[in-house]
Amino acid sequence: MENIKEYLKAERNQEWRAELRKSMKAKERTGRERNDMLERDPNVRNKNIDEVNLGLTEELALADARRCIDCANPTCITGCPVGINIPKFIKKIETGDYLGAAVVLKETNALPAVCGRVCPQEKQCENNCFYTISLKKPAVAIGNLERFAADYERNSGQMAIPEVAAPNGIKVGVIGSGPAGLSAAGDLCKLGYDVTVFEALHEIGGVLKYGIPEFRLPNEIVDVEIEVMRKMGIKFKTNFLVGRTATIDELKEQGYEAFFVGSGAGLPRFMNIPGENYNGILSSNEYLTRVNLMNAANPDFDTPVLKGKNVAVIGGGNTAMDSVRTAKRLGAERSVIVYRRSLVEMPARVEEVKHAQEEGIEFMNLHNPVEYFADENGRVNKMRIQKMELGEPDASGRRRPIVIPNSEFDIEVDTVVVSVGVSPNPLIPASLPNLKMTDWGTIVVDQDTMQSSIPELFAGGDIVRGGATVILAMGDGRKAAAGMHKYIQEKINK
Amino acid sequence: MNKIVEKEFFSENVAKLVIEAPEIAKSRKPGHFVIIRIDERGERIPLTIAGSDIEKGTITLVIQKVGVTSAKLLALNEGDAIRDVVGPLGKATHIENIGTVLCAGGGVGVAPLLPIVEGFKKAGNRVITVLAARTKDLIILEDQMREFSDEVILMTDDGSSGRKGLVTAGMEEVIKREKVDMCMTIGPAIMMKFAALTTKKYNIPTEASLNTIMVDGTGMCGACRVSVGGKTKFVCVDGPEFDAHEVNFEEMMSRLGGYKELEAKAYEKYLKNAE
Repeated sequence: MENIKEYLKAERNQEWRAELRKSMKAKERTGRERNDMLERDPNVRNKNIDEVNLGLTEELALADARRCIDCANPTCITGCPVGINIPKFIKKIETGDYLGAAVVLKETNALPAVCGRVCPQEKQCENNCFYTISLKKPAVAIGNLERFAADYERNSGQMAIPEVAAPNGIKVGVIGSGPAGLSAAGDLCKLGYDVTVFEALHEIGGVLKYGIPEFRLPNEIVDVEIEVMRKMGIKFKTNFLVGRTATIDELKEQGYEAFFVGSGAGLPRFMNIPGENYNGILSSNEYLTRVNLMNAANPDFDTPVLKGKNVAVIGGGNTAMDSVRTAKRLGAERSVIVYRRSLVEMPARVEEVKHAQEEGIEFMNLHNPVEYFADENGRVNKMRIQKMELGEPDASGRRRPIVIPNSEFDIEVDTVVVSVGVSPNPLIPASLPNLKMTDWGTIVVDQDTMQSSIPELFAGGDIVRGGATVILAMGDGRKAAAGMHKYIQEKINK
Repeated sequence: MNKIVEKEFFSENVAKLVIEAPEIAKSRKPGHFVIIRIDERGERIPLTIAGSDIEKGTITLVIQKVGVTSAKLLALNEGDAIRDVVGPLGKATHIENIGTVLCAGGGVGVAPLLPIVEGFKKAGNRVITVLAARTKDLIILEDQMREFSDEVILMTDDGSSGRKGLVTAGMEEVIKREKVDMCMTIGPAIMMKFAALTTKKYNIPTEASLNTIMVDGTGMCGACRVSVGGKTKFVCVDGPEFDAHEVNFEEMMSRLGGYKELEAKAYEKYLKNAE
């Protein structure tokens, strides 16, 4: 940790940064208003899949970059799971060196254009910004600026390929190509390893592709970042299910020295209430996969998707917001969130809730489904809901929802998307009987190195956390890459 | 890309495809399935593996034309390729020497039943196989089944081959005649339902291999869920084989029809474009 502090200090003391700080008084910087991204008109965007946020213009980006006072103690970095040198990239923007800003981002972040879009910055870097902590003012728009620099670089056609150490000829396997896996793969490649990423689906990107909708994260953006990783020398194998297509032992025989497991969240959770297996009731994973990965809403593609008129989405997380906003875009007349707590406890990002509200999504908070009914064809047509109220805080610190007796009533629905969480993917653990697991089906790892009970196996992301964000998964991937490097080097030098 | 190295029609709407998939050929076991996607615009569908050749690096799939994807598959020729094939998926059949095993297959369900019949035979069991179809021409893999069965009973709806009657009649004949230790059934849901009801009468442990709608096939989407013993199970990771006496076949059949209208429309459009 001390090394990093020293490094950041030395970086900050570079002449260009010192000059830049002097060029404007801190008072002048802090007196400016925060600059947010432009957004598409809610009543237009809720009928198409175009990206909602339009990003910052160069002018707005410069204006917000000037707000950053380049603190001596940059607390924002402590809020970033992948440790981006935030003041440095922002100051690069201030000097107009946007491509240089992108290079800084890529030093520690394999997917800046993705993170600039989907990270909950308001809970991380921006929550630890000097403005938030000390001035009680809106934070520097760090997330918006990250996106600006990454987009600028992509649009410039001059994508920088991160520097890679001389190949050391050591083979490592990364299982799963979601944010955790890509992040681990990027770091391992930079260290000189011969990295192969194994993906069970036919596309690279994991949840970035099958889960997060086009209107929040266009697939093209993910593909461009993956292309950079290919150019770095990372190999990708799709349609390959480790544990099944080949076992870990077989891969070891092929020369793989260590593995990172980022196989993600698997089984969708259901509520186990009567009627939940009627047609028209599906998990958010299924709904979003059909639309995002399989392109089901496009008539030229073969995968079907139910386009409901009355759609209820159960849950209050980002995935629930993604589902309910997708339903609206597929033409739902009524698209409703049914959530058992209140708006305050909702785990979804504030921005997603705001966007959903603008787009005409209804919120039935403090409501919970108890039973479904179907027509003669087995298609759901009615949902019984009970009202809830909030009691004392539970283990999660949020106030516990309590049923209000005799408060049931029915609403008409033809499609229900259940988005109440996922359990870890069981396939990898099932193929490794010696792997130590928690009672919840997640892999047990060392907090610092992400090493599992099988020494050559490291893990991170949802398979360890049970369910988290893109950026926490990426942080795990980086940590694991460092852990794997240490493990392999110690093994070699023994 | 997985090249089709052999194609053979069993009847007008049923064909065997042998495709290149060396890793799957090596790792698959009886009971396993694959998910395939024909091309960039294709859907992902599960198909149970009917056999493999490790040396040639191929697996065998048997497909019946029922909609757009199966029609497209049957329109492919030797030398063409299937874009994506992933597997082997699902749990392998639990095979051991338990005595006498009754295997009941219907329609194209006979294809995935073949490696299971072979497995039970090689494990030292007495294997009696009942094959059922609407009519003579639709009975598939009869010779291969005879190779690994102690006895094969054919049942057709119209009596054009073997005996006239349903699969259950053939099963019951065996059960009444000799002690059966377990039964394995693969076929249309309605057939498996009645096969299960038949063995239930005689308390014979029975496994059914279910072929439900799937998207990813790796436990992520939950499209394949079925009720088994009153509990929701995922066919792709918990199955595809389940205790047939505990499966809610009514619900399964209803769920198989969950996209019926959309599928029918898409097929109509496909046939029109094919003209």
